[in-house]
Amino acid sequence: MSEHHGPAKGIKRWLFATNHKDIGTMYLWFSFAMFFVGGFFAMVIRAELFQPGLQLVDPQFFNQMTTMHGLVMVFGAIMPAFVGLANWMIPMMIGAPDMALPRMNNLSFWLLPVAVTLLISTFFMEGGAPAFGWTFYAPLSTTYAPPSTTFFIFAVHILGASSIMGSINILATIINLRAPGMTYMKMPMFVWTWAITAFLLIAAMPVLAGAVTMMLMDIHFGTSFFSAAGGGDPVLFQHVFWFFGHPEVYIIILPAFGVISEIIPTFSRKPLFGYSSMVYATASIAFLSFIVWAHHMYTTGMPLAGELYFMYATMLIAIPTGVKVFNWIATMFGGALTFEAPMLFSVATVFLFSLGGFTGLMLAIAPIDFAYQESYFVVAHFHYTMVAGAIFSMTAAVYYWLPKWTGRMYNETLAKTQFWIAFVGFNLTFFPQHFVGLAGMPRRTPDYALQFADFNMMSSIGSFIYGFAQLFLLYIIIQTIRSGKENADEKTWEGANGLEWTLASPAPFHTFSTPPTVK
Amino acid sequence: MQEKKPEKSTTKTIPYLIVLVVAMFGFGFLLVPLYDVLCDLAGINGKVDLVAYEKDSDVIVSDRTVNIQFISLNNNGMPWIFKPMHTSVKAHPGQDYNTSFYASNPTEKAMTAQAVPSITPGYAAKYFHKIECFCFDQQELEAGKEEEMGLRFVVDAEIPDSIHTITLTYTLFDVTADESVASLN
Repeated sequence: MSEHHGPAKGIKRWLFATNHKDIGTMYLWFSFAMFFVGGFFAMVIRAELFQPGLQLVDPQFFNQMTTMHGLVMVFGAIMPAFVGLANWMIPMMIGAPDMALPRMNNLSFWLLPVAVTLLISTFFMEGGAPAFGWTFYAPLSTTYAPPSTTFFIFAVHILGASSIMGSINILATIINLRAPGMTYMKMPMFVWTWAITAFLLIAAMPVLAGAVTMMLMDIHFGTSFFSAAGGGDPVLFQHVFWFFGHPEVYIIILPAFGVISEIIPTFSRKPLFGYSSMVYATASIAFLSFIVWAHHMYTTGMPLAGELYFMYATMLIAIPTGVKVFNWIATMFGGALTFEAPMLFSVATVFLFSLGGFTGLMLAIAPIDFAYQESYFVVAHFHYTMVAGAIFSMTAAVYYWLPKWTGRMYNETLAKTQFWIAFVGFNLTFFPQHFVGLAGMPRRTPDYALQFADFNMMSSIGSFIYGFAQLFLLYIIIQTIRSGKENADEKTWEGANGLEWTLASPAPFHTFSTPPTVK
Repeated sequence: MQEKKPEKSTTKTIPYLIVLVVAMFGFGFLLVPLYDVLCDLAGINGKVDLVAYEKDSDVIVSDRTVNIQFISLNNNGMPWIFKPMHTSVKAHPGQDYNTSFYASNPTEKAMTAQAVPSITPGYAAKYFHKIECFCFDQQELEAGKEEEMGLRFVVDAEIPDSIHTITLTYTLFDVTADESVASLN
């Protein structure tokens, strides 16, 4: 039925893009660019913390850096990266010709540059960019906030709208456009994790929109949602924020789990162990994520019963997460393993994410959290989950599918080198932060006590190495696209399974115009 | 056949998802009253009703006393002098007591203040009743003027034996500039 024509020429191809592959590509490049912006902020933070004392930036600007680093990385880099991956891969994995709502797909991408421009423009405003941390607790973000906060609020609104539209699109695609025979329990694990993530996004992002709307009303329209003087309550902000915020961390990590569940079977040359338990574990994690939010708020004066409930409910998440980790290990067990770059990154993800999960369990214990909260231990914990979980698996995904996207093979030696640089850099950056955190170094501080100097210097050196590894990744990708070895092999990887590997490499502009039949 | 079918089912899926989005946006705002109701039901957070209490029984437990402590705090930047006239009262549950807080405005302009109460331990909040309180209204003071602000309270006769001490804290907020903050009452 559909005409087979190529993409439009020039800028119009991208401005008016409705092809899932083009939009996916834009998402991926955009998030990669934002990754470098957020990474630059991180470099400023680590350069300032290289030595105790105030060297490079003043404390107010330092706080702007930590705030914007978090916001840009979460909303600008990680989330769009996985949405881009979903755009590229889901139609190809379920045998659909495109996403269900191609024009809305275009809109949800093009809202992102608008939102990020609004967010970054706050640096040039009077009073500077938001400096209240990525969690923007009231009243820091209302009564004591810089005037640019209003722009921040609108940026969050637009980012939320983009995510919600993207999720509706993904769900509509998965529910309606599966090829004949592709039942739910035959879907690739990446598709499953995205289906569940999309539900999380649809349920959580509107609550975030509500929270920032309340902030907006408190700032400009004289309401008192979070102002005690008018009968409101600042603690309420934390409840509303974390009701969004905790599902948000699973929004980030579940697609990463999906990627790992695709790559490990390929390089183990075995099917994924415990597929259905993986599906149920993912759904359980998603459900639990909505009923544990107050473990971020143990020290707000909750009653004992509340502390106990949130503590046990939080620790319960370790069970489905453990199911996933053991399934990955069982997939590798007895397999014919090879360690190409995607597999290296995936195994590192499993190992390092588990470490981050263990520190998460430590923080889940309410009485211990009283001592650890707001310390560098927390920083180490969530970077082990966010960076080693999301960024490592995203890098794995790029190496894994790049030959399918571009029709060219990356240089395996360079990629393995890049992995080891990233692995060493990452651990050198964040492992010492456990120690300084336990020893009492607070997070979000531009200066620190002298006894933390050595570990902080190690951390900073590690972060520069890790930053270099990302520039190296950019080089490898560009080199692959321009002059990589031709890879016409449909399957690319010996052990690869799934519909995307039945397509030509590079994947044609239009795929599955006639749906394949899945047996 | 395959070309037509997906279109139709997609248009069926979208409305459900949009309803979910709108419902969750509403739920975000529903958390505001829900928070107060839950805190109230569980008797946590030290929040106190800001309406005058109507006594419904005359029982006085004269063989028991509860130590009521008063603390005053100034919110960030509030220049008034604000302190309790008595730091503590030994109260028989069921009996009314009067006490007062002293406030003076040392600045050179008229100011309006709002006192926000909080009770520790939080679960004692539902046994501490205010019959009259200066916190029910905003307080205005001319430049350099002072005032004694009255509080009339009763400890509930039903108060559990486990509660020996109740601490009542008032935080004084400057609401002069913020005309839009309506009186709490």
